[in-house]
Amino acid sequence: MVSVTRHLDVTGLLCPMPVIQTQNCVAELCPGDVLSIRCTDPGALLDIPAWCRVHGHVLLSTDENPEEIVIVIRVSS
Amino acid sequence: MLAAKLVQNQGLHVAGLNFFTGFCVEGHTHSIRSRSNRKPRRNNALWVAEQLNIPLYMIDVIEEYKSIVLHPRHGYGANLNPCLDCKSFMVKKALEWMHAHEFDFIITGEVVGQRPMSQRRDTFPVVARESGANDRLLRPLCAQLQPLTLPEREGWVDRAQLHGFSGRGRKAQIALAEQLGLKDYAQPAGGCCFLTDAAYSRKLRDLWRNRDRPDYDIDDIMLLKVGRHLRPRPHLKVIVARDAGETRYLRGYRRRFTCLDMTSHNGPLTLVEGEQNDEDLDLAARIAARYGQGRHEPMVRFQVLSIDGREREVCVTPLRADEVPRSWYL
Ligand code: SF4
Repeated sequence: MVSVTRHLDVTGLLCPMPVIQTQNCVAELCPGDVLSIRCTDPGALLDIPAWCRVHGHVLLSTDENPEEIVIVIRVSS
Repeated sequence: MLAAKLVQNQGLHVAGLNFFTGFCVEGHTHSIRSRSNRKPRRNNALWVAEQLNIPLYMIDVIEEYKSIVLHPRHGYGANLNPCLDCKSFMVKKALEWMHAHEFDFIITGEVVGQRPMSQRRDTFPVVARESGANDRLLRPLCAQLQPLTLPEREGWVDRAQLHGFSGRGRKAQIALAEQLGLKDYAQPAGGCCFLTDAAYSRKLRDLWRNRDRPDYDIDDIMLLKVGRHLRPRPHLKVIVARDAGETRYLRGYRRRFTCLDMTSHNGPLTLVEGEQNDEDLDLAARIAARYGQGRHEPMVRFQVLSIDGREREVCVTPLRADEVPRSWYL
């Protein structure tokens, strides 16, 4: 079980805002920190992993249920 | 994408910037409509960054962009698109970012003569001048037709390896993409935002007309992308969801609008804007009833939720198609 450094709630926001907020949040974190993102826009399931690939962050998990999506990432250097 | 690739191929480090104005065609509308209708689409800016293996920074400019849309110095294009001011604004933002992050110059994918407003031969220099970027703005696809820029003069990029494309045709770009090994390259053929869309611009104008002064917030402009918008009376606007995804989305606006929920039949959610008396509300419900499964029934029932939280029920006869004049649709 990874320990989450910060939780980000972007429920109700539509893409690309979840990505922008993730990006801004990660800018305040340190390498190795874990960010958990709660969102409702299914587009985030494509965009946040793509954003992680582009910036070299590690996608740890995605979890989708009818109410929300939780994406957990590890910040890289 | 092509412009970035040309510069990257000369061994320079390139980063992508993507400005979110709130009017971008990407993302939102795909997300709002029912999941069953369409799969979420990729974000093109991220996709391009991934293909080119460059970092991408996405920047929210919603607030600052308002002054560009509301008061464009150079006016609008065919619709409410202030392309020339918009380009200058984005290059100016890129310049700020460039200074803050110790980059040396800015590149854009513009081609002279490609777009009627912001990419004409005579308006091309306006963007460089008004943004303040001046000769730090390089357009690799048509650089050979433009005066020398700083990166060319300094030898950071080799002008001979840039291009001299012009005009609206895309053959040269397609050939270049092939040459660069880019099979699927994201390049919008039309405008890149909703402001170039006639129907959207009509709705935005209507919104401004019905406010004390032209203004908007992000919720306003998002809402214009969703649902059928009708104005049956000058003070009354009705927004009817087109599918379950839009119904879900519109429900988020229930504190700003009167909300009509069809209870007797399956049907979309409807929002009603403006001060309404009982007659107005009846009319709004009769319009809404047209779009549910009870449209041919004598009576359709709604639960009405007012902005102040009051709930009540109304029963109405759906309007017939010929009772909804075209002029009501925005
Ligand atoms: S079409 Fe492009 S340049 Fe024109 S207003 Fe929209 S974002 Fe700006």
